[in-house]
Amino acid sequence: MTAFFHHFMYDFRIGLREKSLLLMNYLFPLGFYVLMGLLMTGLNPTFAPTMTPAMILVAIMAGTLLGLPYPVIESRESGIFRSFKINGVPALSIVTIPILSSLVHIILVSAIISATAGPFFKAGVPVNWGYFVLILLLTAFTFASLGMLIGVISPNSRLIVLFSQAIFLPSMILGGLMIPSNMLPPAMYRISLLLPTSYAMNAWRGLAFGMEPTFNPWLALLILLASGVIAFVLAIYLFTWDSKNKLRGHNPLLALMVLIPYILGMIFLAS
Amino acid sequence: MSENVVVVKDFSKVYGTSAAVDGISFEVQRGEIFGLLGPNGAGKTTTMESLEGIRHPTSGSLNVLGVDPTRQPARLHNLIGVQLQSSSLPGSMTPLEAMEFFCAYHQLTPRYDLLERLGLGEKKNAQYSTLSAGQQRRLALTLAIAHNPPLVLLDEPTAGLDVSSRIELHDVMRELRASGTTIILATHDMAEAEKMADRVAILLKGKIAAMGSPTQLTATGSGLVKISVASETSCLAREDGVFPEVAQRFSKDEYMIYYSRDAGETVPAILDHLKAHGDHLVDLRVERPSLEDRFLEITQPEHSNGGQP
Repeated sequence: MTAFFHHFMYDFRIGLREKSLLLMNYLFPLGFYVLMGLLMTGLNPTFAPTMTPAMILVAIMAGTLLGLPYPVIESRESGIFRSFKINGVPALSIVTIPILSSLVHIILVSAIISATAGPFFKAGVPVNWGYFVLILLLTAFTFASLGMLIGVISPNSRLIVLFSQAIFLPSMILGGLMIPSNMLPPAMYRISLLLPTSYAMNAWRGLAFGMEPTFNPWLALLILLASGVIAFVLAIYLFTWDSKNKLRGHNPLLALMVLIPYILGMIFLAS
Repeated sequence: MSENVVVVKDFSKVYGTSAAVDGISFEVQRGEIFGLLGPNGAGKTTTMESLEGIRHPTSGSLNVLGVDPTRQPARLHNLIGVQLQSSSLPGSMTPLEAMEFFCAYHQLTPRYDLLERLGLGEKKNAQYSTLSAGQQRRLALTLAIAHNPPLVLLDEPTAGLDVSSRIELHDVMRELRASGTTIILATHDMAEAEKMADRVAILLKGKIAAMGSPTQLTATGSGLVKISVASETSCLAREDGVFPEVAQRFSKDEYMIYYSRDAGETVPAILDHLKAHGDHLVDLRVERPSLEDRFLEITQPEHSNGGQP
């Protein structure tokens, strides 16, 4: 337990010390939040009520999809994981700890956004803070597990960019952050159900902000949870210490299993 | 009777259709420094990494301190210290953090004293990426021995180091041996192996081509002694002197080099030759074959020519 705590504290400090991680964990999401607060609240009246969860989702995606996978591939390719292995660091810690430290960074940024969005930008305030925090933690876990899975299966940083942006960019446009999903054209709405942000925003709207959800918010949470658990288990299963020495060389295409909950959601919720 | 801490029996490792290691067997005794030598691709690192539990043998058995590295890697990693040939630490990790991090996983109090002893005291708060290659190697060795392992595996520990860093690391290795630690040392550096190792195994194409103490190995070679002679007027180079027991002769810089089967016969004859031609001796060196000569004989027989470079 002491080792796990030491490892966690070290990983958390790295998230503040490494410039690229500091940028993705704090500077980019907070800068984007201020920018959106200044611009979007005036331009789009539907934005302010759900600005807080939307900006939290940006912070979650920046920290997990754009930040978390890079140290994984760098550590694997430069032999850091080999050093860890011969010193008895278990694979479970290597997969779990960055996810946990990402959650802490996300909670800190979310606290800043939640505390300031109302007073500064007249953003909507949650009517149920308990559900608000529950959805935040669940969404952060799901995205952090997805980020770890991307780091584990990507053979190089170019593919990390490809995989991460394949989720990040559509989520920004179709994922319910800027405009509610139910305002999208039917075909776009169907596609949006492949994105985790659509489920998170629907759950926040329905459970935490007292708004009309597009579909059952508990079903949205179940799909997010299923996806997060699948991603986490796959990240452990597909983890390799060393790309040149794949003792555990399982097929990375198994990672596509993480799409199953969203595909089911798209089939059953879009009709 | 010495106790074997490492027993390797008929160990093979195959990648695809190519055997990196092909049925080797050896033992390492407690308290000795055992050198693994060989050209690139001979199988040294594969052997080391299999002993460390990083790679799994294709066939054969490995036993390290009573543990099967394949089946009980977690138990093994608390018993051995390893300095890998290609490993690293996170660029922003400091030596102090690294010590605390790895000692926590070994369930030990951090050995801050080792950082001081290996000359990293002033750099303990510097980030890993700012350390010199020598400091990074010393840190790797510090971490490898922090939990007082009875067996330390060092893969090219002095590669790329300057002379003073190399001497420092050799001193640490001697201290470890004096304290009863067994060391397996994979190296390209023949002088290092000859100086440090009690026994060496020379690997060639995945097989053990020779094994024994450096003295035994050099004695079982061609046995030719190298005689280097420099004289004032270099008459040896001009005159076609024929000396007894000489197997090879050639000139290099201002020296004439002879490889002799019996230096006791050859040297007096050379001195007589110089005197007869009115020349005067400037330098005379008689050297027994080195481990490097023997290594070349084994690994490159077509180029060794009895030790001729």
